[in-house]
Amino acid sequence: MLENKDYKVIGTRPIRHDGVDKVTGRALYGADFQAAGLLHGRVLRSPHAHARITSIDTSRAEALPGVKGVVTAKDLPDAGDKVADLGEGAVNLKHLCDNILASDKVLYKGHAVAAVAATNPHIAEEACTLIDVEYEVLPPVLEVRQAMEPDAPLLHEHLKTTSLGETADEPSNVASHIQHKLGDPEKGFAEADVIIEREFVTGTVHQGYIEPHNATAHYNQDGQLTIWCSTQGAFTVREQVAEILQYPISKIKVVPMEIGGGFGGKISVYIKPVAALLAKKTGKPVKVLMNRADVFEGTGPTPASFIRVKMGATNDGKITAAEAYLAFEAGAYPGSPVGPGAMCIFAPYNIENVIIDGYDVVVNKPKTAPYRAPGAPNAAFGSETVVDEIAEKLGIDPLEIRLLNAAKEGDRRADGPVHPRIGCIETVEAAKAHPHYTAPNGKKHHGRGVASGYWFNIGLESSVTINVNSDGTINLIEGSTDIGGTRASIAMQAAEVLGISAESVNPSVVDTESVGYTAVTGGSRTTYATGYAAYEAAQDVKRQMIVRAAKLWEVDEANVQFADGEFSSINGKEEQISFRDLCARLGETGGPIVGSGTVNPGGAGGAYATHVVDVAVDEETGKVDILRYTAVQDAGKAIHPSYVEGQIQGGAVQGIGWALNEEYIYNAEGEMTNASFLDYRMPTCLDLPMIDAVIVEVPNPGHPYGVRGVGEVPIVPPMAAIANAIYDAIGVRMTELPMSPDRLLKAMGKI
Amino acid sequence: MARRSHVQTTLNGETVEFLCEPRQSLLEVLRDELHLTGAKEGCNNGNCGACSVILDGRLVNSCLVLGVETEGKSVETIEGLAEPDKLHPIQDAFLENAALQCGICTPGFIMSAKALLDQNPNPTEHEVRYWLAGNLCRCTGYDKIVRAVLDAAAAK
Repeated sequence: MLENKDYKVIGTRPIRHDGVDKVTGRALYGADFQAAGLLHGRVLRSPHAHARITSIDTSRAEALPGVKGVVTAKDLPDAGDKVADLGEGAVNLKHLCDNILASDKVLYKGHAVAAVAATNPHIAEEACTLIDVEYEVLPPVLEVRQAMEPDAPLLHEHLKTTSLGETADEPSNVASHIQHKLGDPEKGFAEADVIIEREFVTGTVHQGYIEPHNATAHYNQDGQLTIWCSTQGAFTVREQVAEILQYPISKIKVVPMEIGGGFGGKISVYIKPVAALLAKKTGKPVKVLMNRADVFEGTGPTPASFIRVKMGATNDGKITAAEAYLAFEAGAYPGSPVGPGAMCIFAPYNIENVIIDGYDVVVNKPKTAPYRAPGAPNAAFGSETVVDEIAEKLGIDPLEIRLLNAAKEGDRRADGPVHPRIGCIETVEAAKAHPHYTAPNGKKHHGRGVASGYWFNIGLESSVTINVNSDGTINLIEGSTDIGGTRASIAMQAAEVLGISAESVNPSVVDTESVGYTAVTGGSRTTYATGYAAYEAAQDVKRQMIVRAAKLWEVDEANVQFADGEFSSINGKEEQISFRDLCARLGETGGPIVGSGTVNPGGAGGAYATHVVDVAVDEETGKVDILRYTAVQDAGKAIHPSYVEGQIQGGAVQGIGWALNEEYIYNAEGEMTNASFLDYRMPTCLDLPMIDAVIVEVPNPGHPYGVRGVGEVPIVPPMAAIANAIYDAIGVRMTELPMSPDRLLKAMGKI
Repeated sequence: MARRSHVQTTLNGETVEFLCEPRQSLLEVLRDELHLTGAKEGCNNGNCGACSVILDGRLVNSCLVLGVETEGKSVETIEGLAEPDKLHPIQDAFLENAALQCGICTPGFIMSAKALLDQNPNPTEHEVRYWLAGNLCRCTGYDKIVRAVLDAAAAK
């Protein structure tokens, strides 16, 4: 029923509401915030990857003219052993606080140790060099397998492994071990005619948002704390700052400025509580900005990982069993995305016998943070490469083997949930039918590869308020920060309900005191869940408007209907009034109308993607060029197709960067040696062809318009698709990311 | 604090005067002294292009130019591009093509594209990609940005 619906606004491509501000330079991002009497903050960071802090002396810094205040971990309230619930599961509060300002140990190079507020940023920077910190340097552990060794240096003396509900006696760098099991894997492998088992290594990569983190804080004399910042979620900033500062949420107002990219990296707070501490100490507004090196070294990247995948299939292509071992680096504190990796790894397939083990392991690197489908790309690099190898061994087309085993409605994922209506088969079929897949590709050292990916998407809470204007427009108030055009995609859903144009909606993203609770812009949830709240708020407006029309015509409400932007009377009186004209008569029919919608929807609906890529490998240099790229994805229903394509293209290109170039390069002391955009090389437009984004629409039954989240899944397939294409080109299976020229030359035996 | 120098320059066609420390970059001067925050700081070392402006007809990273160097020169920034009642064709093309997501890199890309089209009104796709390679965008995968610049060229 959903797919045949004829929409007026949904599926069109209006100009985004915040567009003019963003092409004229008028849009105000976090760093653009100004206030009278503003001070500038700077954070001193650890030069060591692992060390005990023996003393901090701030007196020389405090004496520098222009310095107004210095803070260290001593200025934070005692975290004790409290566990904070921040809506995304329990977090050890000491870990949370220690990552803001280290108290006893520094656990990575770049770990914040102290901060200064001064009258200008240069003085603040100079003052940081005058803070005397003494360290007892400890040996770092920088790689997940080494960190798991029994004699590895320990990051946390009290961290003990939690394994399947049991806590070990001895301390370890392994924070937790999870397992999902389905069927009888041993029996499944016994039934297989071909079994492939491979090991994979992936590097640490950063989200690479162009805007560094920023925060400006001010304390009023009455204790009201205001924070202006760019963030993926103003409410989650409020929660985290409240926990870290042990301060009531009602005393904290977070004002979200425009945000310059996040991809998951702007959910956790870093400098926001620091700005608040400095503001409290100085009594002035304090702005703290990170520089690019701070962003690489002091914020959460996504983990490096070690992965082993074993899969078995019968000669006719039926996958009978799958096994995965996923060891993820959490960084300095527990909490890697190994859980989502384990949920997603075999999700494109219906496999009866599965076992997945996941390990969350601390190492002396920054605490990892979400990055677009966190955990799933690492996992899929392993599984999708092994599927390709099985297909090759059996002489079956790689898309055909995916169709033979594709997950569908009613199948059970290895971690428990049963799939609702999903578009796995549809995306593989669309890739198979695409002219790219059937185009000839026979040149020497050219290759074609495919891979699929899955991301479950999330719902969570959203609130929307709609104020009706007398000229037939509406003001839509929301709490979801707009990272990629969601003002438009949310506004369009309200417009569709009310039969008005997208341009008749004025969407505003507001602060934490001006809208109901709204969770982060993340998990591919914004167009889905905040869009759902906008739909509900618009329905509320519609219901109230029907009451007004009934009053106007002196008929029963049941005798008023609304269609195509017109209210009309049925059963008797022939009356009609447009939405716009009725808006002008609200005063005389009872006063203003405010609609509201709040949701916490459970039916986010997982998304599937299948990518096809052609590469050319330069045999002399080992460089891989992307010649052609097609990304097929199920969007459920694309509200604004241009921005859905944009998500697909952007995700695919981040995946291309992850596949070919991007990684944190560490020396033996645990220093990142490439903490700049010159040396941490993200794709430029010269590295790429056009990215053909193909939208498949298999409506999600969990949303009134069938929307599925689209933001994350496009980063899942690229690494394996490119590895498979490289194999097709040169006959070498790449098992380490990134597949940079040196690794290719090694794999080809050239160096 | 270092002694501040007096500088006179032409900014978006108007004569402006400002005081700045010798160590302050043009980007700092634009943002902190003149309150033109359209140029963004993404890296402060010339790798991302978010601070792109045009200096005497030449595309530069304003983070790599000192404020005092602009004495007697002409600076064009994103704030000077649109006319009072209409956008520049490149700005229109970015909107029509949905060539921005978060928008932080957009002013830099638009200034970079303007510098390209000023000297090469009919670039090929490859020329556009070559020219814009100094501007990083992490959201879009560049597809729609390249199309927008090609469209803007065709519309001229």
